[in-house]
Amino acid sequence: MNESALVLTLAASMVAAVPIALAALGELLAERAGVLNLGVEGMMLIGAVTAFQIGDSTGSLWLALGIGSLAGALFASIHAFLSVTLRANQIVSGLALVIFGTGLSTFIGKSIEGKPLDTDFTSTRWGVLADIPVLGPMFFDQDPMVYATILLAIALTFYLERTRAGLALRAVGESPATADSMGVAVGMVRYVHVIAGGLLAGTAGSYLVLRQVPSWSQDATTAGIGWIALALVVFASWKPLRVLLGAFLFGFARRANFWLQGEGVDIPAEFLSMLPYLLTIIVLVVWGSRDLRRKVGAPASLGVPYVRDER
Amino acid sequence: MNQTPRARHWRLLALLAAILVFAVACGDSDEDSTDTTAAAADTDDTGDSGCDHEPIVAAFVYIGPVGDAGWTKKHDDGRLSLEEALGDCVETQYLENIPEGADSVATFDRLAREGTDVIFGTSFGYMEPMLEVAANYPDVKFEHATGYKQADNMSNYFGAAEEARYLSGMAAGSMTESNTIGYVAAFPIPEVLRGINAFALGAQRVNPDVVVEVVWTSTWFDPVVEKEAAESLLNGGADVIAQHQDTPSAGEAAENAGGYWVGYNDDMSRFAPDAWLTAPVWDWGPYYVAVVESIADGSWSSQSYYGTMADGLVTLADVSDKVSQDVRDDIANVQGEIIAGSFTPFDGPVNDQDGNAKVAEGEKPDLGTLLGMDYLVEGVIGNAAG
Repeated sequence: MNESALVLTLAASMVAAVPIALAALGELLAERAGVLNLGVEGMMLIGAVTAFQIGDSTGSLWLALGIGSLAGALFASIHAFLSVTLRANQIVSGLALVIFGTGLSTFIGKSIEGKPLDTDFTSTRWGVLADIPVLGPMFFDQDPMVYATILLAIALTFYLERTRAGLALRAVGESPATADSMGVAVGMVRYVHVIAGGLLAGTAGSYLVLRQVPSWSQDATTAGIGWIALALVVFASWKPLRVLLGAFLFGFARRANFWLQGEGVDIPAEFLSMLPYLLTIIVLVVWGSRDLRRKVGAPASLGVPYVRDER
Repeated sequence: MNQTPRARHWRLLALLAAILVFAVACGDSDEDSTDTTAAAADTDDTGDSGCDHEPIVAAFVYIGPVGDAGWTKKHDDGRLSLEEALGDCVETQYLENIPEGADSVATFDRLAREGTDVIFGTSFGYMEPMLEVAANYPDVKFEHATGYKQADNMSNYFGAAEEARYLSGMAAGSMTESNTIGYVAAFPIPEVLRGINAFALGAQRVNPDVVVEVVWTSTWFDPVVEKEAAESLLNGGADVIAQHQDTPSAGEAAENAGGYWVGYNDDMSRFAPDAWLTAPVWDWGPYYVAVVESIADGSWSSQSYYGTMADGLVTLADVSDKVSQDVRDDIANVQGEIIAGSFTPFDGPVNDQDGNAKVAEGEKPDLGTLLGMDYLVEGVIGNAAG
């Protein structure tokens, strides 16, 4: 307990960053395949309520996380079917997923409202490593999902930049017609990555209830994190490691509210609560405008259904 | 994959329609839970049969879900005890998750139009909507919790949670070893400031060295934020957490950190059994029974009700035996004095954070002064303006 409040805030920011980062990495996969999925919030809620139900009935942390993630994937497959097979408007389909997910999770969650959940992720200290100033609390006193999220961002970078499958994915996102002519199964690639994105959104939602929220309440579980994740993908220029950094920044802005109040900084609490969102907007404007001008980052065919005949 | 665009459109439409139907079906079953319990409808009502007057129809409008384990749950407990007490003489229904503001106007209007006799609205932000609708339905009674406005057919009701907060502060003050108690608070409004101050004064009574550190969350109901705020306070050296929030998540933070926890609204011990000390608890049932009875016998009139521990509207949850027997006896004694009226939490002297005298030695502030409280007392760290 002799660490400064700032260091502990930094360490806590890592936890706050995990659900945002996971959801955003999932969205990044779908968008790299050229499919915009606005339904992140809905998929997270479905993952969250499923994980809570499973955790409540089985008491198994990992089972709850796994099935919660699968529920997110299943939900994303609706979007995949609509947007890839039926070539529906991706914005409409994504928004439908949010509304549907909100309603369905309230419905499924009826029986668990107000119940406590005993299965929780907890941090483990890495012996002496945890005593390293600043870095110790941040990196060697966390729960497994924090490490998993960091590893995932690194793995996805490798996947996108260094593997054949990653190349095919990027090709599908940039120019599906070209990819198609080279023998890449465009529809399949899109399906896989939209569903993988849903899986991660489901994991993000599950982590929220398994780590941060003590009882189920649909209104307050995701509280807009899915939307932040969407914005994060854009400002990170569709790059996994930037997503990770952005999620950490956002998490820190959330936690800084209470740290600054504790330090007696004379800024209204309402303003501090606004900080994470304000930060998101500022970063979007600054980074986004620069990137848009250079026309880099966004997959060229993002949001456009692929129809072989209509070239 | 060769399809005319038209065929594609039809398939998409059909699918969207199917999703819509499913969503609506879910919504419907959701609404079914607003159980209109028809006059204890011939359930196993042993003994007395029926009622000598038409049943009074009472509707309850809630800001959150009845499963919030706190504020809304306690109001719904009150509704259930009303049903139990009056049996066939009352019909109740509730609507949950009704947002404040314009959305609620439609809800209140519909309830009034459908022949409800009395409508209870249990969130501060329903005040103006209820006032607006009440003007159009003079024969319907409106009962608004936590507000301050009245009309000929609209009462307001609330209670002196500060009395129980003072007692819970005594428990917290006796348990802290770091002499720092964290307080997770929603908004810097008089109701909350009063609660923090009473709590701090109670803690100081048993432990003069104690400081109460406040952080504002700017939300009544957000489990994630509430927990983060509590964690932040625990990181800052607090070893007991108190709260003015609707959910038990601060308790989970205290439990994980090996600290103690004073909850709010209800006995929340099951959420954090090792951290749990006690909590100020609401008991709305007797008030709801009194209101409906007064409507039945025609004696209802618009009022501004401020219930106390003496009335039973506010109580203290059983104090955990982690608190020493001496302190528990002390708490029971003070509770006796409060109920007898010989002591109130704000009996002078009370100084604000800067040491200015707010209540002089030997004085008792009147209710109006208490309801307008805009400062934090000595020994509280935090900004009274938020």
